[in-house]
Amino acid sequence: MNVNVKLNTARYCAVFISLFALFVLSVIWSINSGSVSIPVGEIWRMIFHKGAIERGELAADASAFNIIWKIRLPRLMLAAVLGGALSLSGFLLQTFFRNPIAGPFVLGISSGAKMFLAVVTIALSAWIPTVPVAVTVAAAFLGSMFTMMFALLFGGRLKNMSMLLVIGIMISYICSAVTDFLINFAKEADIVNLTHWSMGSFSAASWRDVKISALIVLPTFLCVFLLSKPISAYALGEGYALSLGVNVRRFRVLLILLSSVLSACVTAFAGPISFVGIAVPHICRILLKSSKPILMVPASFVCGAVFCVFCDLVARTVFSPTELSVGTVTSAIGAPIVIWLMINLKKP
Amino acid sequence: MDKPYFELRDLAVGYNGKPLLSHISLSLQRGGIMTLTGPNGSGKSTILKTVTRRLPAISGQILLEGEDLRFADSKAMARKMAVVLTDRIRPELLTAFDVAAAGRYPYTGSFGLLTRRDREIVLDALSQVNAADIADRDFSALSDGQRQRVLLARAIAQEPELIVLDEPTSFLDIRHKIELLEILRSMSKERGVAILMSLHEIDLASKVSDTVVCVSPDGISAFGKPEEVFSDLSVRRLYGLERGSYNASLGSIELAAPLGVPQVFVVGGGGYGIPVYRALQKAGVPFYAGILFENDLDLAVAAPLAASVVKCPAFGDLTEAHISAAKALIDASETVVDSGCPARGTNSAKAELLDYARSRGKRVVPGGASEVPS
Repeated sequence: MNVNVKLNTARYCAVFISLFALFVLSVIWSINSGSVSIPVGEIWRMIFHKGAIERGELAADASAFNIIWKIRLPRLMLAAVLGGALSLSGFLLQTFFRNPIAGPFVLGISSGAKMFLAVVTIALSAWIPTVPVAVTVAAAFLGSMFTMMFALLFGGRLKNMSMLLVIGIMISYICSAVTDFLINFAKEADIVNLTHWSMGSFSAASWRDVKISALIVLPTFLCVFLLSKPISAYALGEGYALSLGVNVRRFRVLLILLSSVLSACVTAFAGPISFVGIAVPHICRILLKSSKPILMVPASFVCGAVFCVFCDLVARTVFSPTELSVGTVTSAIGAPIVIWLMINLKKP
Repeated sequence: MDKPYFELRDLAVGYNGKPLLSHISLSLQRGGIMTLTGPNGSGKSTILKTVTRRLPAISGQILLEGEDLRFADSKAMARKMAVVLTDRIRPELLTAFDVAAAGRYPYTGSFGLLTRRDREIVLDALSQVNAADIADRDFSALSDGQRQRVLLARAIAQEPELIVLDEPTSFLDIRHKIELLEILRSMSKERGVAILMSLHEIDLASKVSDTVVCVSPDGISAFGKPEEVFSDLSVRRLYGLERGSYNASLGSIELAAPLGVPQVFVVGGGGYGIPVYRALQKAGVPFYAGILFENDLDLAVAAPLAASVVKCPAFGDLTEAHISAAKALIDASETVVDSGCPARGTNSAKAELLDYARSRGKRVVPGGASEVPS
């Protein structure tokens, strides 16, 4: 037994070290690649001597400097923060529904956010040309909560998790129908933003986006991490959690709120990005050979960050200068992983 | 008598505010085993769900050491009461050790990390249920019996004063049932843990419990020591047994006697006749049996299964009246089965009966399932 405890610790350390290493690697690789090629040395000089360059003490190519600081870095950071948020949200929903394929996308939360966003965008287009970020976030957040509540309402009554998925998909269709209906009657110019948003992309990320999303995501991450103990008790089922002294009702509400905040933040800033939320927690479970929340919460977050930074890199470089939507890449990479895992998880 | 450790006072339980069972008043001492028994759907689980606070009580009180459970701190309560539920849990990638270690939840810090002492307690709990060897195995790959033991170890690791178990023997084979009940017995007697559980099997319930509670759909129909509560008749009434029967002293259950006019007479005694009675019952052949002393093991099976039994009082004398009664039944039969019991001492009348049967031209066959006439 003791030997095994040590072995597992070694595995956990190895997983976390490699995840962090991969993160650093993908960040470096990501900064270095793009349609405009900038020498590596130049990039590092621009990053580490930012102040000096800005004060004009050091000379640097102004357009390259802008590409690094105004385009690549914020985009990278946004991908990392939102990728982490997305997979953490997926982990929470999988825990909550005790269903391995639960996730923001499957349960219709993304389409709920999209519907609300469409309503808001079209309603406001008469008065203001561009919708402020705060309104976008609020609309997406409300939309996520709205669909989540619906899914829960029915899910609680059905007590059958496979029915819940069906209902999630139905809600998703209803929201899409409403959205399509609105788009039919909207002017092309008014919904350009919406169409672009619904592709799912980290492009056009600004430092303000990074700051706002980090301010939402990081404290939420901390809350989830602090909840790892009750989450672990919840893994044995509500009855056992209750008998261990977990306030199950409050815990469930917290879980829903936190995962909605996370997925709402992602959908607001980057649009619906599929499969990250489902695939990444599974990858982490397989890597760790454990589903202990105290490991899974940080691992999912870091792994999600790596996954999204990498997918975004693929999205903007593979067919450069044409940029793919990140949802395309996450699906193309994520879906086969999910299929592979579903088949292989069954084996002992 | 001390104040009871655990007490239900005029409790009403049910769903959605509608009482299913009411006026439940029970008490349990430390180290006592109380078993709820009764037919399916009578509300055993509902009582246990209410006790474990998964359902709100509709009225009345649940007291643990005199403290009302409704107002008790749930963390403090978790150190006193542990549960083994019927819910089939399927945790992902958790070992048996991890599942048992969940019992340490009320004792660990805010991140739930186990100390060396916690680990020792968990391992000790696992070895108490003979599951130390499977500690490293994936919980979801274990057999039902192993899972149930690990879940019991989880409850033990919680170091409770009261363990509540809902149908703990449901998915277990007979060996594991006995093992599990043995563990509960030693937990209660050696560590003074109070045990409240529900069991389907009245035979096991009567053997393991200090107190049994008969839960019937109309309420608690009986409460007390098993030997007081379980009589042949009370069990039949509790379960609404119209066919089949229960023997309280043996704790055994027999199926219903075959219907019809018997054509077979079984000469039994000393347990030799039992396989014959059972075989005839299975084949659906009605039969007579005799001559059996009332303390004969055969009678426990023959009485519920035979159409009629010629009985003789225990420690009494076998009289002509018994023999002529048996001869009358042989006259009414076509076949006589010799169960093979020795015709000696008090059983010497057997030879006389077999001779009589032959003299009347009846077919006399030896006992044993394969030779049973049909």
